Amino acid sequence: MAYEGDKILDSVTQKEYEFGFTTNIESDKAPAGLNEDIIRLISEKKREPSWMLEWRLEAFANWKKMTEPSWAHVHYPQPDFQSISYYSAPKSRPKLNSLDELDPEMRKTMNKLGISLEEQKRLSGVAVDFVMDSVSVATSFKGKLAELGIIFCSISEAIREHPELVRKYIGTVVPRTDNFYAALNSSVFTDGSFCYIPKGVRCPMELSTYFRINEGGTGQFERTLLIADEGSYVSYLEGCTAPMRDENQLHAAVVELIAHKDAEIKYSTVQNWYPGNDEGVGGVFNFVTKRGLCEGDRSKISWTQVETGSAITWKYPSCILKGDSSVGEFYSVAVTNKFQQADTGTKMTHIGKNTKSTIISKGISAGKSQNSYRGLVHINKSASHARNFSQCDSLLMTDTCGAHTFPYIEVNNKTACVEHEATTSKIGEDQIFYCLQRGIDMEKAISLIVNGYAKEVLNKLPMEFAVEAQKLLAVSLEGSVG
Amino acid sequence: MLTIKNLYSTIDSKQILRGLNLEVKPGEVHAIMGPNGSGKSTLASVLAGREEYEVTDGEIAFNGKNLLELAPEDRAREGIFLAFQYPVEIPGVSNINFLKAALNEIRNYQGKEQISAKDFLKLVNEKSKLVELDGQLTNRSVNEGFSGGEKKRNEIFQMAMLEPKLAILDETDSGLDIDALRIVANGVNAMRSPERSFIVITHYQRLLDYIVPDFVHVLYKGRIVKSGSKELALDLEAKGYDWIKEEEVTQ
Repeated sequence: MAYEGDKILDSVTQKEYEFGFTTNIESDKAPAGLNEDIIRLISEKKREPSWMLEWRLEAFANWKKMTEPSWAHVHYPQPDFQSISYYSAPKSRPKLNSLDELDPEMRKTMNKLGISLEEQKRLSGVAVDFVMDSVSVATSFKGKLAELGIIFCSISEAIREHPELVRKYIGTVVPRTDNFYAALNSSVFTDGSFCYIPKGVRCPMELSTYFRINEGGTGQFERTLLIADEGSYVSYLEGCTAPMRDENQLHAAVVELIAHKDAEIKYSTVQNWYPGNDEGVGGVFNFVTKRGLCEGDRSKISWTQVETGSAITWKYPSCILKGDSSVGEFYSVAVTNKFQQADTGTKMTHIGKNTKSTIISKGISAGKSQNSYRGLVHINKSASHARNFSQCDSLLMTDTCGAHTFPYIEVNNKTACVEHEATTSKIGEDQIFYCLQRGIDMEKAISLIVNGYAKEVLNKLPMEFAVEAQKLLAVSLEGSVG
Repeated sequence: MLTIKNLYSTIDSKQILRGLNLEVKPGEVHAIMGPNGSGKSTLASVLAGREEYEVTDGEIAFNGKNLLELAPEDRAREGIFLAFQYPVEIPGVSNINFLKAALNEIRNYQGKEQISAKDFLKLVNEKSKLVELDGQLTNRSVNEGFSGGEKKRNEIFQMAMLEPKLAILDETDSGLDIDALRIVANGVNAMRSPERSFIVITHYQRLLDYIVPDFVHVLYKGRIVKSGSKELALDLEAKGYDWIKEEEVTQ
C-alpha cells in the first residue's frame, strides 16, 4: 500500500500549507436566518449557474414542509434554525504568535496524538513562515491527479467547472426530500468536495479533504459528491484525528457516492469534533446523511468510520446495492464518553442479485454517555441470493453509560441469507490488572484492550490513519475507568 | 530480596492474612502450601498489588524498597512477576504486541532503550522454545482460545520474556496434565539462577518433584505455621493438613 502519493501527503502533513494559498476571502457574513433571499445570496456568492439555484430553492421548499426526525435515541434542545447564519466567509481564526498561547489542554491532547509541532501550529492557527515548499508539493499532487484525468476539487469549483457532472449526479443518491437535514443541506451547503475518477483509473493516492486547497476550515453544511466510473478505484479520507473546535454547533453534511460497474470506493472517516465539556455543555450536533450507490454490477462501496467526537451524532453511512453482485461494507468504531450521545449505524439495501453486505459495529461507551447502534438490512424481492453478515458489539467502560442496539431486518426474498450477531461486555478489571502486572500502566492498558476490541475495524483504515486512530481511541477514553 | 513482616490483609473487610512473615533470599525457591482458604492466593495478590486487597498492617520490603508504596505496574517493573492462576484473555491484542509493550515499559523504567524488532523476535524464538509454545500461539490474541495448559505455558513464556527478579507462581500446576506440568516445570527450572527467586504456590507435592524447592512453608489461617525443607511437602502429601491444624489448636 506504499503509494508514491503517500510520500507527498506525508510531506504535506509535516508542513504548513494553509496560509500559502490565496482564497477569495469574502469578508461579509449573511444575517442570521433562512429564507429564499439567503439562498440566492449563497448561490450568487458562489457564482453558481441558475439550475443550481433552482435546485437549492426546491430543496428549501421541501425542507419547510418537513419536521426534524425524533426517532433517534438522542436528546438535545432543538436548534433554532432562524438564529443561524447560513453564509459566512471562511473563518479566519485568531492568529497566535506561538504555540505557548494555545489552550494547554488542547496542546496536551495534540502531543498525545503525536501530532507534529508544525502540524499543531497549522491546526491551531499559529502564524508560520515557510510556505513556498508546501505550495509546490501540493501543486505536484494536483498535477499528478490531473494527468490521470481525476477531478478533485471543492464542490463550489465543481459546480462552476464541471456543471454537467455535478448536475447529473447531485441528489441522485440522497434526494433533497430524503430527510430534514439532507433537505437543509441541499438548500444551503457552501463547502465540500467533489471527486470524479474516470473509467479504469486507479487513484494512486489516498484522497483527503485535509489536503484540499482553497478551502478554509470545515464547513457547517458540507456536501461531498464522489463518482467512481467503470472499473475505477479510489480511497478517500475524511476528517482528521486532531481535536477540532468549531463555534458552529450544528453540522449537517451530505455525502453521496456513486460506484459504477466494477468500481470500488473506500471511504474512511475519523470524526473528532468538540464533544462538549466535562459537564456536557456545548459540543457539536453532527447530523449527517451519507449514502453510497453501487450502481453497476460488481461495484463495491466500503465505509469505515471512527467516531469519537461531537455531543450528538446522528449518522448512518449506507449502501444501496443496485448492481448485481455488488458489495457494501460498513466498519464502525463509535466512542462516547462523558455526556456524549451517538445514534449511528448503517442501512444496507439489497436490490441486485447476489449482492453482499457486511456490517461490523463496535460501540465503546464510557462516562454517562449513550451509544446506540441502529441498522437496517433490507433485502428486496429482486435480490435473490443476497447475503448479509452483521456483528454489533458493545463495550461498556462504566456502570453509568448506556449501550443500545436497534437492528432492523427486512427480508423479501426467500433465497437471502442474513446473519446477525451481537455482544455486550464490560471492560474487565481483571484484564486491566493483568496488564498492570506486566508493567503496562493504566492508560496504555486501556488503549491496548480497546484497540484490541476495535481491531477488526481499525484494520480497515489506511495505515497512517489507523495509527492515529488508535491513539485517538486511547485519548478519548482517558480516565474513563477506575 | 523479599522481606514480609507481620502482614495483615483484608478483602471486603474479611481478614485473610494474619501476621504473615517470610524472608526470600536471591536464588531461593520457596514453596507455599496450605489448605483451601488459608490465604495463598491472597498473598500472591497482595505482592502483585491488587487493589481489592487492603493491607491493614505489616510491611513488605523488596530489594530495599517499600513494596506497599509502589503501584502494581511499578512492582512489575521492579521485577515482580505473577504467573496467574487464571490467566486473562485480551481479545484482539496479539501475544507478541502485548509482550513487546510490557517489555518496553519495563526497559524504559530501568533506563534501557526500547528493544529492536530484530532482537525482540530473536528473544521470542528463544524463549518460546523453553515452554514448547507453538509459534502460532505467540501470534494469537493474548490467551484467547487457549487451552488451560496453553494458558499456563503462556504465563511461563511471558515470565521468560520479562526476566523478573522474583516470580510468583500461583497454582500454575492446576489443570495441567503430566506432560504440560513437565514442560512448565522445565521452563521454570531453566530460569533458575542465583539472582532470581521464586515463590511457588501449590496444592500438590507433585509439582515440587519437578521444581525442587529450597523451603516449604505451610500457610494456615493467614500465617505461616510451619516451615521446612522439601521433605515437609512429602509429609503433607502423606498425612494431609489435619496434623498441622491440630498442632495449631494445641498451641
